[in-house]
Formats: sequence, structure tokens, C-alpha cells
Amino acid sequence: MSDTLLQIENLHTFFYGESTVARAVDGVSFFVGAGETIGLVGESGCGKSVTALSVLRLVRPPGRIEPGSRILFEGRDLVTLDERQLRAVRGARIAMIFQEPMTALNPVFTVGEQIAEVVRIHSKTTRRDAWQRAVEMLQIVGIPAPAERAREYPHQLSGGMRQRVVIAMALVMNPALVIADEPTTALDVTIQAQILELLQQLQRRFGMSILLITHDLGVVAETVSRVLVMYGGEIVEEASVKTLFAEAHHPYTEGLLAAMPRMGESRDRLQTIPGTVPPPTRWPEGCRFHDRCPYSWERCTREHPPLYQIGGGHVSRCHLAEEPERRAHPHEPLVMQRSSRA
Amino acid sequence: MQPPIPASAPAERLASSGVAPALTPVRAPEPPRPRRRLTGALWWSLALIALLCTIALLAPLLAPYAPNTQLDIIALKNQPPSLAHPFGTDQYSRDLLSRMLFGARISLSVALLAVLLSATVGTAYGLIAGYFGGRVDAVMMRLLDACLAIPRVLLLVAVLALWSPVPLGALIAIIGLTGWFEVSRLVRAEVLSVMQREYLLAARALGTPGFRIIWRHVLPNVLNPIIVAATLGVGNVIMLEAGLSYLGIGARAPAASWGSIFFDGSDAFQATWWIALFPGLAIIVTVLAFNVFGSALRDALDPHQLAGDRAR
Repeated sequence: MSDTLLQIENLHTFFYGESTVARAVDGVSFFVGAGETIGLVGESGCGKSVTALSVLRLVRPPGRIEPGSRILFEGRDLVTLDERQLRAVRGARIAMIFQEPMTALNPVFTVGEQIAEVVRIHSKTTRRDAWQRAVEMLQIVGIPAPAERAREYPHQLSGGMRQRVVIAMALVMNPALVIADEPTTALDVTIQAQILELLQQLQRRFGMSILLITHDLGVVAETVSRVLVMYGGEIVEEASVKTLFAEAHHPYTEGLLAAMPRMGESRDRLQTIPGTVPPPTRWPEGCRFHDRCPYSWERCTREHPPLYQIGGGHVSRCHLAEEPERRAHPHEPLVMQRSSRA
Repeated sequence: MQPPIPASAPAERLASSGVAPALTPVRAPEPPRPRRRLTGALWWSLALIALLCTIALLAPLLAPYAPNTQLDIIALKNQPPSLAHPFGTDQYSRDLLSRMLFGARISLSVALLAVLLSATVGTAYGLIAGYFGGRVDAVMMRLLDACLAIPRVLLLVAVLALWSPVPLGALIAIIGLTGWFEVSRLVRAEVLSVMQREYLLAARALGTPGFRIIWRHVLPNVLNPIIVAATLGVGNVIMLEAGLSYLGIGARAPAASWGSIFFDGSDAFQATWWIALFPGLAIIVTVLAFNVFGSALRDALDPHQLAGDRAR
């Protein structure tokens, strides 16, 4: 494995309410290698986006990164940096791409001005040179007639074009790490493929690492080398993308895979995982997935599973690692039993 | 309204064939940019305001007489409108038209400068409260509530009654500094909504310093309602200034504002109706022009009539 670029250790990000604490990210550890693309997968509300925002220290009160969390990046712990030092990292060394290209651009400035602004924040550049750089960047992200497009306002561009502009803004300072938070969710399917393709091409060209956050395993399959599956503010499974699709271990991952529509398979209805992610203020006792799990047994309701080693580079937070025979006897998940009784 | 997708889609498909487009695609025809609707009301009110401002600026050239000169205290006292004195003369035989032309300078400059002052202070206050949020916001808003609890006219009457005669600059400052509360509330509410937009998070994620975020990302996106509120505020301040002058605590003799001329004439309205009538009409027309302009501007700047992502 290549050099480690980003190493997150024991990240806890909590949000403090009047009388409750939402443990949105609850002990997450992982690393991203230089030049590597990894996927962070999970349902809405499982802590993916908060993890991403935590890396850039963009979590705003009442949210807080708890003491003991470490975010090591290029030899520094981002948790200890002050606002000034952080600004030098944000946009220059770590950049972020957001979900909504509709709202991620400021409506009152031209796209060229917005890209040039990033250049001028992070380097001593003349207005002219920054503009030149912006136009170049628009060309690199595949926008035709970049010199003219640079003078247009966001509302004059289509969704796909806007996402290209957002990518240009993120990459203009040649960052070492790009965090892409659901970069294709708001786009239609043909554009999605183009944007993913673009990200890969740019990675080959600039060699940055990508942390791709998504709820779409299809996106993951095409783009990343390693996958982290998150549930309930924790990582529940980590594996190479091949291993994950061939032999997923955690029942949650299994459920996600089963819920994916596949080519050539005709089903009347898509399979779903019963129930919803519990609120982060009240994670269930024991395994956080036990009430939605078709294999759970008594041990799962009381004992919080650690990350078990399944194979080389494959870990899973499930007691099935120790009692694999239980997989043979699936049952109706507890949430279903409860709702049918009610 | 979205720019039509088909216009740009082929270009994008071409572009996706390589990181840098090998072909320069034929430029798709530009989708027509939606026009802001400029209604008739907007135009005539703007023209009227421009006219009033021009009159005020050119008063020394336009006025047939010096505004404070007593022309002939015997022969020209309280003359009704005539060809020589279209608006008549007052009890000191001063030409009313000339006084009104010069009065426009005071009335308009007090109104415009006071509104500029209150819009600036209110915007700054609202921006700070909305941007920093949390405790800063809570303290600033409670302070504002306290300020709002003071009746403005009573405060003005009290201050101006004690400080008399008040210099024009101080009058502007006092009116301006008591008029920004509503503006800052409005600005704060707008800021809070802009703060939720993703481009603000994106700006922070790109390392933009806080001041620059406020200046480049927040302020331009809250400007429209401020402009509208300020325009409507001008009419209010003209009324307020007239009211204060009417109470005898605005502009001081011999200099005249419309309000103080009206006050002079109101004593004997039945005998010398023209002294109160013309400044009264001037106030009505001016306030009406600013209010119509403000409403028309609000319609024209309404986000629901703009293209793109502000259309939601």
C-alpha cells in the first residue's frame, strides 16, 4: 500500500442538544493512501457527511469534535490547528465537492470569478493570472469554450456543467485530497457517469486521493479501490471493492447489496432493508444494527461487536465472525416482528 | 425557470469524450436570458424621483428669488398665487416657490442621508448578528428588542426639544440612528437563510476568510431586500421630518424644509391656503414616488421572477 495521506483515529463528532447528545460519528478510524480512491458508504443519517465535514473541521456548534479524536494529514493533526492554519489547508491541500451543484455556487458572481477567487485566497497572484488559471481549469474539467463560459453566471449553466465548475474550484490549487460528498446524487444518470469518469481522469492527471461519499454502491463499484461501510456512526465493514461485492460479511452490507437493482435481473420489487437508521441520540444497545438484522440473536442485543478481522484488509463489526453457523438461519428482523405485533 | 437543457447537452456530451475537449464544439445558441420585468410604475416613479433630485440640485438656478429675502413686507405680504409668484408669498413676503425649491434640498437630503445611514448601520448590525449566530446573535437581538421598545417619535421630540436649534447634520444623524432597527432585523433574517446555502459551506471549505465570506458571499445575496426597504424608508423619513418640522423641532428658521413651510402655513389655512397647500402636495408626491418605486423595485427584484437557482 502506498504512503498514508490521511489517517483518522478514533473520531467522535457529537452534537449537543438541550438534553440529548447526538453521537453522529462515534469512534471512526480509517486511512486514505496517497493517490487512492476510497468509498464511504451508508444510508442517510449514518454519519458519512459529518465524517467528511469533521475532516475539514467544518462542523459548526452545537456540533463538536470530541477530545481524543485525531485527524492526521501530511504530518499534522488537523484537530489541533487554529482557524488560520485550517484555512491554509482548506481548498489548498484538502478540497471538498458538494452534492448540490445548484446551490454550491454563489449566484451573484460569474463562475470564472469564483474559481479565480480560490486562487487569490491561497496564493499571491494577480487578478489577471488568477483569471487565466480559472479559464485553464474550466478547460481541464471539460467545459467547452471555457473563456466565454467563465464569464457566465451559475444559473446560465446546466447541472452537469455546474458540477464541473465545482470540481474546477476544488482542484484549482491541486489539493492532495478531494472529499466528494455525494457528487452525483443530484444529477441525472447520464451526467452522473460523465462526472465520475471526469473525476477518475483528473485523478490520473493530478494524482490526488479521493474520498468518495455515497449511498450508491453502483457508484462505488465503478470508481473506488477500497470501501468503508458506515452504520450508526461507526464503520461496520471495510474491504476492497472486489471482496465486498463477492463476499460481503456484515448483514448491513449484504442488505445494501441486495437492495441494488441489477442488470439482467427482473424483479417486481426492489429489496429493502426493513426499518430505518435509528436516531443518533439513541443508538441501540449492543450491535446498532441488531433490530434490522435477519441473523441477530441474544448476544447482539447486549454485546457491542468489535471490528473482527475476516481476511487480509477485510474487517467486519459482526458477531457472525465468531459464530458463522448462525448465518444459516435467517429470521424476520425485530423491527418487523414489532410492527406486525402492533 | 431553467435554461433549456437541450441547448447545452450536446456540448457536454462532446466534452465528456476527453478531459480536455479535443473538438471545439459548435456553440449552441445562447438560451434567451429572462428579462427582469420593469413595469411602468417603476419607470415613472424613478423619473419623478430623478426630477425631484434635479430640482433640488438646481434650486439656486431655478429659484426666481432668494428664499429668505423679504421682498416687500408691505406690498407682497401673503399674496395668493400669481404669475410673478406662482406659489404666492408668505407673511414675510418671501417667494414661496423659491422657498420650496430650496426646501426640497433640505427635505430630500435629510431623507436620503438619514436612510443611507440607517441602512448602513442596520445592515452591518444584522450581518454580524446573523453571521456569528449563537450567543452573539442572542445578545444583539435582545439589545435590538430593547431599542425597538423606545417610541421613535417621542425620543426624537425629547432630544430635539432639548437640543434646539439642531444643526442639520445632527438632525440627519439622529433620524438615521433611530431608524435602523427594522432594517437590521430584515438583514439578519436574510443572512440566516443565506447561511444555509451550500455555497457558504463551500466557501468555508475552500479556505475563504470570514470577512471575505461576509463581504463576497453573504452581503451581495442579501442586498435586494435592503435596497427595497431603504427606498420605502425614504418616504417614511420625509414624512417624519415633515412631522418634526410641523412640531417646530425640525429644520430651523429662516432655512425651510417642506415640513416647516407647511407648519408656517397651517396656522392660517383658511386665509392663506397656498402656504400649506404647495408644500403639502410636494410631500405627498415625493412620498408617493418613493413608495411606488420601492414596491415596483420589490416586484422587479423578487427572487421568484429571477432565473436559475434563485427561482426556487
